[in-house]
Amino acid sequence: MPTMQTSQSITQKLANPTRFMDLSGRLLPWITVASAGIIAYAMYLVFFVAPPDYQQGQTVKIMYIHVPSAWLGMMAYALIAISSFGLLVFRHPLADVSAKAAAPIGAAFTLLALLTGSLWGKPMWGTYWVWDARLTSVLLLFFLYLGLMALRSSIEDEALAAKLTAVLALVGVILLPIIKFSVDWWNTLHQPSTGLTTTVHASIRVPLLISAFGFSLLFFAMHMKAMRNEILRRRVKALRMAEVERAQSNSPPGNPSVSGDIRARAAQAGE
Amino acid sequence: MDLGPHALFIVASYAGMVVVLAGLIGWLIADGRRQQRALADLEARGITRRSRAL
Repeated sequence: MPTMQTSQSITQKLANPTRFMDLSGRLLPWITVASAGIIAYAMYLVFFVAPPDYQQGQTVKIMYIHVPSAWLGMMAYALIAISSFGLLVFRHPLADVSAKAAAPIGAAFTLLALLTGSLWGKPMWGTYWVWDARLTSVLLLFFLYLGLMALRSSIEDEALAAKLTAVLALVGVILLPIIKFSVDWWNTLHQPSTGLTTTVHASIRVPLLISAFGFSLLFFAMHMKAMRNEILRRRVKALRMAEVERAQSNSPPGNPSVSGDIRARAAQAGE
Repeated sequence: MDLGPHALFIVASYAGMVVVLAGLIGWLIADGRRQQRALADLEARGITRRSRAL
């Protein structure tokens, strides 16, 4: 099955951290500049071109950051789930790096969705918060992100932390369809999907899609940078462990000054 | 540019976004520099990676 063989080799080719660092090092500047440019253009459209909504007036401008934040909060979690699957099933060397890198970024966008949503809710609904199915499930997603990060940081052994975090991430995936369809399954104050529906006039829908595209690129740029940082962190840790092993093998047994230095470096390696 | 009667909510939303994203980007850049410095410090002490994999 040559196709499977070819696609497998592409994934394997990218599995090499050194090759990833080389490729991402060249891609990152372009994605960063592109996302900045597209977001700037979207903001120009939002503040100088897009009309006010006939009901909501100018507060519809909050939609242009609320909707992308919500999409990216959910997309980041889907990326973590896919990475977790890649770790548990394929033992892909970059899977855990990707999952760990995406969590804080996904949490930030989910927090932004909650924040901009409540700031939009106050003038439109008359309240910052209501225990509505959509709002509550997104809040649960935010807690799930915090749980993933807390679980990972509470376990010393990196391999074990990766596995347990991956299992939690896959269990939590059920939340994504609940969030998506909450506005259909339950009678919610939150309106149905805004996205690509034709009921939204192009003068409002186009700036929204451009804004979403710009923030998506920003997400990928940040995720790539976070993955690079994580690979460097693991290299530093590996080198410190190597240094400790070398010092232990070179030192005569029982020499206090040297063993003190070794303990200090071992502690540093454990960071 | 008139943002209407609820201008405060619009400005607060965009300000919140700028603060959160600027904080996130700043943290990513600082973390990258810290790891680079630690790596350079180790390599200055002659501790280099045997394999190019990790």
